[in-house]
Amino acid sequence: MSIQLQPEVQPVQQTQVQPLWTRKHLLGLEDLSADEINRILDDAERFRLQTQDGRKLSVLSGTTTANLFFENSTRTRTSFSLAARRLGGDVIDFSASTSSVSKGETIIDTAKTIEAMHAHAIVVRHHTPGTPHLLSQNLRCSVINAGDGPHEHPTQGLLDIFTIRQHRQKVAGLTVALVGDIAHSRTARSNIWGLKKLGAHVIVCGPATLVSKKWETLGVEVSYSLDEILPRCDVLNLLRIQFERQQTRPFPSVREYVHLYAMNMARLRRAKDDILIMAPGPINRGVELTPDVADGPHSVILDQVTNGLYIRMAVLHLCIGAGKRGEA
Amino acid sequence: MSPLVITRGRVIDPAQEIDRVADVWIEDGRIARIDDGAAAAGPNVRRIDAAGKIVCPGLIDLHVELREPGREEDETIATGTAAALAGGFATVVCHPNTEPPIDTQAQVEFLQHQAARADNCHVYVVACVSKGREGKELAEIGQLVEGGAVAFGDGDAPVWNAELMRRAYQYCSMFDKPIFDHPEARELTTGGVMHDGAVSMVLGLAGMPAAAEDVMTSRDICLAEATGGRLHLVVSTAGSVELVRRAKRRGVRVTCAVCAHHVALTDESLRSFDANYKTNPPLRSAEDVAACVAGLADDTIDAICSQHAPHAAEKKLQELDRAPFGIAGLETALPLAITHLVAKGHLDWPRLVAKFTSSPARILGVPAGTLRVGAQADVTIIDPDVEWTIDVNRFKSKSRNTPFHGLPVRGRTETVIVGGQVKYSRTAKPVA
Repeated sequence: MSIQLQPEVQPVQQTQVQPLWTRKHLLGLEDLSADEINRILDDAERFRLQTQDGRKLSVLSGTTTANLFFENSTRTRTSFSLAARRLGGDVIDFSASTSSVSKGETIIDTAKTIEAMHAHAIVVRHHTPGTPHLLSQNLRCSVINAGDGPHEHPTQGLLDIFTIRQHRQKVAGLTVALVGDIAHSRTARSNIWGLKKLGAHVIVCGPATLVSKKWETLGVEVSYSLDEILPRCDVLNLLRIQFERQQTRPFPSVREYVHLYAMNMARLRRAKDDILIMAPGPINRGVELTPDVADGPHSVILDQVTNGLYIRMAVLHLCIGAGKRGEA
Repeated sequence: MSPLVITRGRVIDPAQEIDRVADVWIEDGRIARIDDGAAAAGPNVRRIDAAGKIVCPGLIDLHVELREPGREEDETIATGTAAALAGGFATVVCHPNTEPPIDTQAQVEFLQHQAARADNCHVYVVACVSKGREGKELAEIGQLVEGGAVAFGDGDAPVWNAELMRRAYQYCSMFDKPIFDHPEARELTTGGVMHDGAVSMVLGLAGMPAAAEDVMTSRDICLAEATGGRLHLVVSTAGSVELVRRAKRRGVRVTCAVCAHHVALTDESLRSFDANYKTNPPLRSAEDVAACVAGLADDTIDAICSQHAPHAAEKKLQELDRAPFGIAGLETALPLAITHLVAKGHLDWPRLVAKFTSSPARILGVPAGTLRVGAQADVTIIDPDVEWTIDVNRFKSKSRNTPFHGLPVRGRTETVIVGGQVKYSRTAKPVA
């Protein structure tokens, strides 16, 4: 068996001139230019080098970031909180079950209440696409989308791309397959926009009930066979099956899904020697991928989690910190 | 009351195939004559100068929701009929998605009573075809007819049970009343907020496929054909337009209307995530819009309606899946139709006027929609060429849920006369 260990992570060569950042909100990657995406990735790399030894910075001191989460989340919420604190900012947490939303308050009133406590950014997760956009039109503070239903999850897309760039030193020219529940995946959409803008070849792969042929109209390759595309892939991003979002069950059984789409050691042997195995998490061991693959040398799943911290530092810094004024 | 004459306008009455510059005389609430204006008016005659304007029968809207009783925070019969006048309509047909639904004779009579109190425009009632709009048992259709109901339907609830639909056609045929169904196979639209297509895919919003409409349109046509019943639908898809076209060729008693907003917008609008674009049927693809325009041009589509669905601001200013469906359309339907159909050359003026007058009158079987001598004097005067901007702050409707605020349009209602009385005048009162 020829498994090549991942090389030592090298600092990525940064873009020489940093493009100006003018955005107040981060709602999705569909709207961003390649320059803007690279700016975030470069800033994240800088924050990685400055803080990976545990050092704290003060570039967000005097700011307050409010987490407003209407769906359960552990990693994203913790990651945003930690990112803000590492940069010297304050963090407040709201969840739908403990706030006035459960008493019938509208989301706009809830968000305005938080804003009135001098929040500079509201990080929002909601099960309905467009809710961060609705808030951005009705608030004065920054709104950062931490996942709006199946629409977008821009910081997840950015951290996935950051992780690819970290291990491959580039994104352009790579073949990246997103495997699984494309229909209900905000991670898939944010990855598609970001990867396309940076020049990668993107494949979406999964059962026909979860992978629309219409993606081809946007320049994305559509496949129903993981075995067919596997030898061509530089990166596999294995998406969780989102049973909770599906109106009717889109495939006959989990057993059949595993048979056709789970990444296991047998499949890994037919992949490129240096393939990267990614998963946005939470992972269902034994469904999207087997434990030996999840914990094996090709897996960068935990790097993704660590990198999420740097991406969120960069995003908060650009939207509410000194970054928004073009200062370094 | 002294006679009223509308002078020098371009008089268009599709029911009589009239399209010429003439004077329209109104006496005792009825059309007295249409002449060439040679006879000088006496001193006691009131006069409206309509030079450069279009003078046509009072417009008829086959599909409005007036919310009373039960949801008066959205609209009342008084405010809804005031909005109708401002939109050029002398007659509206209200649908029974109210709380409670209109499924008894007393409720039909209550609506007519409220309409008389408001004293704005004519209101005809579509009463429930099933008790409580539940689609299980037939409502008391015979008594509802006695109360004045002109058609039967369950508002925005499709008649999901095919057996009930078959019985309803058979039963309504005794009274020669049409069934106004909402063609939507709900199993295919569960959780949907917009048209199912490439845009919904990108936005991650649950889709409502065109096939959900077409499946139900097809079923409704099959049952109308089998029973000889009368069917009327609001259609929005290329598939449904084609199904109706073929059914009409076979002699099936089916008519259909399209909403003005369905020829003005596509599903691309939802990229804004603005709930004011959320409506049912949903805004469709560009191909569907083109098919609806073609259907209007070849008379597959008989009428244009507003599908006025007012909602209080706080209901629309919510997450997209919580916000209700609908557009407050009474005050924008006519200018949208002029802008997108006449100004773009798809329909000429007499054809457009027919979609708002003679055709809906024929579908309803009511004495309206014509300037025939002796008819009740319902007249709408339209400035056909004025370019203006829709301003939601000028709406007479109680609700403001429109995606058209700030939109430049062409053509505007100047005056609406109902039963010989000037009920709406954008500018001045008629000179004595």
